[in-house]
This record gives sequence, structure tokens and C-alpha cells, in this order.
Amino acid sequence: MSVLIFVELDNGSVKKTSLEAVAYGAEVAKMTGTTATVLALGKADISSLEQAGAFGASKVLHASDDKLTHENSLAYADVLAQAVKQEDSKIIILAKSGLGDAVAARASAKLKAGIVSGVTELPVINGGFTVKRSIFTGKAFSNVEIKSDIKILVVKKNAIEAIESSEKATVETFSPVLRDQDFQASVGTIEKASSELSLTEADIIVSGGRGMKGPENWQPLLDLAKALGAATGCSKPVSDLDWRPHHEHIGQTGIKVAPNLYIACGISGAIQHLAGVNGSKYIVVINKDPEAPFFKAADYGIVGDVFDILPKLTKAVEDLK
Amino acid sequence: MKILVCITNVPDTTAKITFIDNDTKLNKAGVQFIIGPYDDYALARAVELKEKLGGSVTVLHVGGADADPQIRKALAIGADDAIRVDSDPIDSYFVASQIAHVAGQNNYDLILMGRESIDFNSGVVHGLVGEMLGIPSYSPVMKLEIEGTTATLAREIDGGKETLSASLPLVLGCQEPISEWKIPNMRGIMTARTKPLLVVEPVSVEEFTVPENFSLPAPKGACKMIPADQAETLIKLLRTEAKVI
Ligand SMILES: Cc1cc2nc3c(=O)[nH]c(=O)nc-3n(C[C@H](O)[C@H](O)[C@H](O)COP(=O)(O)OP(=O)(O)OC[C@H]3O[C@@H](n4cnc5c(N)ncnc54)[C@H](O)[C@@H]3O)c2cc1C
Ligand SMILES: Nc1ncnc2c1ncn2[C@@H]1O[C@H](COP(=O)(O)O)[C@@H](O)[C@H]1O
Repeated sequence: MSVLIFVELDNGSVKKTSLEAVAYGAEVAKMTGTTATVLALGKADISSLEQAGAFGASKVLHASDDKLTHENSLAYADVLAQAVKQEDSKIIILAKSGLGDAVAARASAKLKAGIVSGVTELPVINGGFTVKRSIFTGKAFSNVEIKSDIKILVVKKNAIEAIESSEKATVETFSPVLRDQDFQASVGTIEKASSELSLTEADIIVSGGRGMKGPENWQPLLDLAKALGAATGCSKPVSDLDWRPHHEHIGQTGIKVAPNLYIACGISGAIQHLAGVNGSKYIVVINKDPEAPFFKAADYGIVGDVFDILPKLTKAVEDLK
Repeated sequence: MKILVCITNVPDTTAKITFIDNDTKLNKAGVQFIIGPYDDYALARAVELKEKLGGSVTVLHVGGADADPQIRKALAIGADDAIRVDSDPIDSYFVASQIAHVAGQNNYDLILMGRESIDFNSGVVHGLVGEMLGIPSYSPVMKLEIEGTTATLAREIDGGKETLSASLPLVLGCQEPISEWKIPNMRGIMTARTKPLLVVEPVSVEEFTVPENFSLPAPKGACKMIPADQAETLIKLLRTEAKVI
């Protein structure tokens, strides 16, 4: 009956967003008087799997077949469904991401389970089972009751304050049946900036807009990001103009982020950009135009030239160390 | 090449979202509705593929008659015919079941969708439909070429991208730069009026989720302004007040 949490791995380690999902699942397990079990697929660092215990999981099922190392939502969903049957789980938790949504969707159809993606808080369980989810790209919320026997929740970042203990989870080998049909696609190239901090995982993001004037001017922004240990993002025109790679583009049609701190440099704050950042805890806006709409969504603002201000901020951060 | 494109009918990206009837219904007054921006990319690529390879493009929407202007627009952009499943789009599972039912009666080589709807932002309908039909699904797809019965595609993965090739039929969730949004021309608009729009009844689906009510985020407090010549104060505040660095 345990709550089952599907985690994503990056280079064998459980991703931070997934550890948050573990904490969420463990809390739901407490609320429903059961335990939390984690499912991890592919090549993994066992000590990282054990760390799921620090976030409240008691057990990790590890299917270590190397065929599962490559991101494959078809196979992952099938393995997840097998784990659900073995554990007789009624509640399944995943962290929101392209992969999380895809695995959840396919598992939902296999298990005939109600699915809600974009959950922002712990469920309310009193007779019924109600979750709050983000809709209209962060502009609103909806409370939804899930009535199916098996329930799948895809949870957004910051849905829970994850507190880490020193517990360790026991790791068990899980040997699912893998279906050939799930491995038919042939993978060509994978381009991944491995040293880069991923935007969806980052606690701090420094982001630039057209106010940065050109790709050759990005250095001061990169310097501040480096000093803060932050990931870098950009507005849509910036990636459209090829000043920055497409996967950095944040907003309605790009990535949605929810860092603790979002620093916007020379971005006007169009509603489509705000749609991607409105999950941030704190927003800082640097813009030379005091009327820039972004200030209305900001917690801290500086009216001024980014090229003056960025080096000052970088220096101030370095002075802290 | 028989292509099905699934489109949503959603408030414009700049729309102010409010609710009525005790926060149980979206207030549609003054809100302009559009084809979902990602669905628009899917449609544009479908039309290009048809022009290149021959075949047909059908658009499908699960929803009420208020979507008909958007469906006509899709026809004006270059789809050949349309199907509307006449029902409230209750939840992702329900919508996917309707799409899978229509797809099951016609043999589409390709089912294109947006990476996500901008009203529910679930990003799950493609996976659900893929599984219901027993075929692969991929999302978000940024590039798509078809040769014979093989699709070569590029999809975004966390922090990068990956190319892969797979056999048709497939379900794909699309995003830019797979194509550029298309604007209907005069001829398209004229011919769209007479293209077939078939309205069908939904199949019955078990009710898994029930929406209770909606709410809006708490309003943001005032923005604290820091003079440009004291920029370093910001860093202090971020450490001592916000405690985020
Ligand atoms: C359907 C749709 C979807 C969209 N999706 C997205 C999306 O996902 N993400 C997104 O970002 N946009 C999106 N857009 C585009 C969006 O509407 C805006 O056009 C875009 O966000 C503007 O980018 P920007 O702020 O970088 O540029 P601009 O609007 O040109 O703003 C530049 C800003 O920089 C400031 N500035 C200039 N020089 C300096 C300086 N030296 N120092 C400080 N400040 C300076 C200016 O005052 C200005 O405010 C979408 C649009 C549509 C129609
Ligand atoms: N009511 C609907 N009718 C037709 N297609 C839909 C509908 N809802 C969602 N879709 C398709 O599924 C994609 C993903 O939607 P979602 O899972 O809601 O984010 C959308 O971009 C559409 O292509």
C-alpha cells in the first residue's frame, strides 16, 4: 500500500527536484498511515539512492538494467506500473518535468488512474482526496478532487519544504520485465551541457533580455551567475536571435522555472515571460526604464543600466565570501 | 501521410484570468480565445509535411461550439477537415480517451499535439493517447522530418537536446522551432468556410477527477526599490532579509 515515488537520475544521482518529490511522497505516506517507496531506474550511485531515506523514504526499488539508463518514458511507465502492482500502491508521485509528465501519463493509461499534473501543495485528505494545482501558466489555481482508486500526482517544485535527516533508505533490487517494443526508437545524438546547472533544478537564476543588447555582452551576467552559483536563462527574443541557446528560454513558450531567486536583467516583463517565472520565491528586476512592467512582479528593483549594475553586484557577492 | 492535429481553445496569452459563479467558472467576458500556441506549431508543421509528402491534415478538438472559430482558423491555415467532440473537456484522461477513440477509427500516421495546453499546462494528453493506442509518444519535439515510415525528430531533454528516429505511427507533443506559426491568407479563409467540420458525441469515460473551485495567487507586495548607486545594498538584503543567497 506504500506511496510510490518515481525519481529521475542525472549521472546516477537522484535529481534535487526528485528528492523534493520524495519528501512530498513521504509526507503523504504519513498522512495516509503508510510508508514511502522510491523507484529508481538505470545505472545509479547506491549512496545517492540511500539518500532518499533522508527525505523520508524507507525503501528504494532499483531496476539497474543498463537499458533503463537512457531516458525512455515508454519503458519507465511500464516498469512503474509493474512496481505499483508489486507494492499495491494507490498513490504515485513524480516531480514535474517533461519526463515526469510523460511517464505519469503513460502509467495513468496503463493503470486507469486519475492524473493531476502541476500540484502545488500537499493534498487535503478527509473522506475525499483533493489537490491544488497550478493552471493558466501560474495565473491561477484549481482544487481538484481525485476519485479513482489509484491516483497519480505530478508535483511542482516548491510544493513542500524538504527537510533532510540523516536516515538512509534500504535499496532493493527490482527486476521488471522489459518489453522490446519500448526500445524500438534509435537514439542519434545527445547534446547536453553537462557542466551547466539545469534551469529547472537551480535555486538561483540570472536571466537576460534584449536589454543586454547582444551576445557579446553576456559576460557580466555570466560573472554574476558564477559568483552566485546560479543558472542562466533568457527571454524569448534573445533565444530567437540566437544570442543564447534555445533551452535557456524562459516563459509561456519556454521553460517554466521556480527558483528561490530570479534576477532579470534588461527584460521588460511581458506577460508571456512572467508566465514562466511566477513560481519564483523572490524576483529582482534591473531595468533602465522605471515603467518596465516587470517591476510590478518584482520584490526588489533597481532602475539603471545593467552594464553598470551587474559588475557592482558581482563584486558585492564576492565580498561576502 | 494522414495527420491528425489536436488543438485546444484557450484564453489569449495576455488574458487576465478571473472566475465567476463562486469561483467555479472561468470568466470568459472580454477574453479572446486562440488556438493554443504550441498546438499552432504542431498545425504549422503538419501543413508543411502535407505540402511536401501529400496526404491530409485533420484537426480535432474536444470541446463546445465556442471553439468553432478557432477550428475554422485551423482549416484556413491549411487543414483539410475537422472533427469536434461535443463535450466539456473534463480532464486529461477524458480528453485523451476521446482523441484515442477518434484516432482508433481512422488510421493516422502521425498525431501531432502541442507540448502542453496553456490552460491546464498538464503536458500529459500525448502520453495518455500514445498509451491508449499502444504507440510511442515523444515530447517536446523541436524538429520533425519524415522519410517513408520513419520519423526523425529532435526533442528537448533537461539541459539539452536529443535526436532519435522511430517508426510511424507516433504521437508527438510539439514546440518551437519545429515550424513558424502560419497566418491564414484570404484564399484559406474563403475555402475554410466550406471544409467539413464533423461534430460527434463523446464516448463515455469513467470520471476520475472532479474540479471543485478556482483561486488566484495572493497579490504581490510592493517592490522595494534600491538606488542604482547603492546596488550593493541589494546583495545585503538578499542575504539578510530574503535569505536566498
Ligand atoms: C504567444 C507568445 C508567446 C510568447 N512566449 C514568450 C516566452 O515564453 N518568453 C518570453 O520571454 N517572451 C515570450 N513572448 C514574447 C514577449 O511578448 C516579449 O516580446 C518578450 O518577452 C520581450 O523580451 P525582452 O524583455 O527581452 O525584450 P524587450 O521587450 O525589448 O525589453 C528589453 C528591456 O530591456 C530594457 N533595457 C534596455 N537597455 C537596457 C540597459 N542598458 N540596462 C537595463 N535595461 C535595459 C528596456 O527598458 C526593456 O524593458 C511571447 C509572445 C507571444 C505573442
Ligand atoms: N480539449 C482538447 N481538444 C483537443 N486537443 C487537446 C485538448 N486538450 C489538450 N489537447 C492536446 O493535448 C496537448 C497537451 O495538453 P495538456 O496535456 O492539457 O497540456 C495540447 O497541446 C493539445 O494538442
